[in-house]
Amino acid sequence: MMQIMEGSHAVALAVKVARPNVVAAYPITPQTHIVEDISQLIADGDLAAEYVKVESEHSAMSVCIGASATGARTYTATTSQGLALMHEVLFNAAGMRLPIVMTVANRALSAPLNIWNDHQDSISERDSGWIQVYAEDNTEASDMTVQAYKIAEDNRTSIPMMVCMDGYTLTHTYEPIDVLEQDLVDSFLPPYQPIDVLDVDDPKSFGMFADPNYYTEFRFQNHKALEDAETVMTEVSAEFGEIFGRDYGGLIETYRCDDAEYVAVALGSVVGTLKDTVDDLRAQGERVGAIKVRSYRPFPVAEIQSALTGVEAVGVLDRNVSLGFEGALFTDIKASLYGSKSTPNMYGFIAGLGGRDVTKRTFMKMFKKMQTSKAVEESEFSDLKPELLEEV
Amino acid sequence: MENRGETRPLDLFSSGHRACAGCGPALTIQAILRATGAKVFVVSATGCMEVVSSQYPQSAWNVPWIHSLFENSAAVASGIEVALKVLGRSDDGKVVVIAGDGGTVDIGMQAISGMFERGHDICYICYDNEAYMNTGNQRSGSTPYDASTTTSPAGAKSFGNDRPKKDMPAIAAAHGIPYVATTSVGYPKDLTTKVQKGISVDGPAYLQIHAPCNIGWGFDSAKTIEIARLAVETGLWAMYEIVDGKLTNVMKVSKSKPVEEYLKQQRRFAHLFKMPGGEAQIKIIQDKASANVDRLRVIAEEESR
Repeated sequence: MMQIMEGSHAVALAVKVARPNVVAAYPITPQTHIVEDISQLIADGDLAAEYVKVESEHSAMSVCIGASATGARTYTATTSQGLALMHEVLFNAAGMRLPIVMTVANRALSAPLNIWNDHQDSISERDSGWIQVYAEDNTEASDMTVQAYKIAEDNRTSIPMMVCMDGYTLTHTYEPIDVLEQDLVDSFLPPYQPIDVLDVDDPKSFGMFADPNYYTEFRFQNHKALEDAETVMTEVSAEFGEIFGRDYGGLIETYRCDDAEYVAVALGSVVGTLKDTVDDLRAQGERVGAIKVRSYRPFPVAEIQSALTGVEAVGVLDRNVSLGFEGALFTDIKASLYGSKSTPNMYGFIAGLGGRDVTKRTFMKMFKKMQTSKAVEESEFSDLKPELLEEV
Repeated sequence: MENRGETRPLDLFSSGHRACAGCGPALTIQAILRATGAKVFVVSATGCMEVVSSQYPQSAWNVPWIHSLFENSAAVASGIEVALKVLGRSDDGKVVVIAGDGGTVDIGMQAISGMFERGHDICYICYDNEAYMNTGNQRSGSTPYDASTTTSPAGAKSFGNDRPKKDMPAIAAAHGIPYVATTSVGYPKDLTTKVQKGISVDGPAYLQIHAPCNIGWGFDSAKTIEIARLAVETGLWAMYEIVDGKLTNVMKVSKSKPVEEYLKQQRRFAHLFKMPGGEAQIKIIQDKASANVDRLRVIAEEESR
């Protein structure tokens, strides 16, 4: 049923139909509307979950760990400083292979303090062992919330998953949403059936310590599970598509790439603007295309190679920066194409930090650079205001 | 070994763990689990007892057990308690946290405060060995005055730890939780009673169990219980309950022993008997102990009236 609603509300309703048993969250802008809406759903008796009103994000994730190990389906949401505060707990949840699902309402990291959107928060948790997907719009954020449980709880993965959606740009924006119906979700997502739980009748130890004889094998298994998640994610998307009519396909989405010479790559909500830019340039006869990277971890190397081999140039937009190097997605795209036949020229563009708008003009500039630059590889802050540098 | 038909139940914290000979905390955990029985969910904080009991692929725990991180045990326990409730399994058993003083009075304080304030039905037990022993005897907020540790060493310009021990039971009680108690591994009967009260109360309970560490404190491994009892007999460790906010059941120290008897047996206080000015420091410690003894006597007498 299509309804116009705020992105946060769409996510709250998706959480509701996924039937979590335990929600633990700490409010932080711009995630607040999600947890407020979930609180109301519980208060109204529309969601039969326990909401633990924790004193920090560190405890939010810790509560999820305890609840998940006991056999409960769990949910939390955060952003920015809250995600950073969770840092060590994220690794712990993944290492214990607990299928916790979390929404990250992407926001910049301090200092300077900034409450607006970029991807520095979740990109900085790249190596935590969590699956990370980035939604382009609120329907995708809602759909991926339900899919996330099925992906995370699959015995082949059994790892936590974060659904990233751009703070404000998505969380606070009203869009038409196809609200997922409970009976259909119930047929898609079975109740959580963990293999190992904390049980007095069958006592097991969770979170043991492993010396050098065993540690590598635990890490390898965690790594393998993330790699295997690629298959699970594709299967789950197909199954979701059969029931709900929206199959997101693999871990990337290609847009008008078939005969494209110049392709721009991005994560998240800016992909909509990118697609519009591609349409405009196509109308002018330019052979351009776009790639939306849906999953940042696992990183879809084979799909990237297959989509980009043979193009003239690739431009990667990063709303993050690995300070002292370049945008993180740019690095990964380059690494994916290393050694492939006819490697394209590659350009990195860091833009849209701390809520600075990414517009068609940003992408026009990117394509212009791809089409005209003589350099084989280059990275730049593409929306920098040089006149401000002396001031700050 | 031949089973001699003893009635003692199966050790839920089994022997074969890697704790040091004479370890007070290991005895404490064994006593705790004998008091609780098998129907408990145990959450351990990172620390000595976690490390000695859970080296993969061997576990000393014959109860469902989880260790997550250093400072988050109270939050992990909150998650278990809530999950049991929502899954209709609350009758399966009580959730018990077992953490050291570092994980409790210092780095874990925020999560504990949250757990108390939210009113979870959890019994939080701190085994207090008065320093960060797992990492090699560094000072914690629970280290007593003048103890020499690796980060509060005695030296020409230092008598060791220059701050008094943090009063965590008072902090716990300030949350208005129904049950707070202190006890000692030197008094297993008292320990058992208090653990059983702690797990039977409805809501959060906090227990702090004094548990000497022979390695960190520097005493003969055969004397763990003797040292634990001396701490009580000198008045340096007080045993009491705070039930619904009221201090009660204080253990009166009828004939208190001088603190020297406790201090002189431990390497961590050895400097006080050698350094110039050490005598005055011992006097400060004695005054503290005497004040404790007097305070406990007054409360006990008031109660018996």
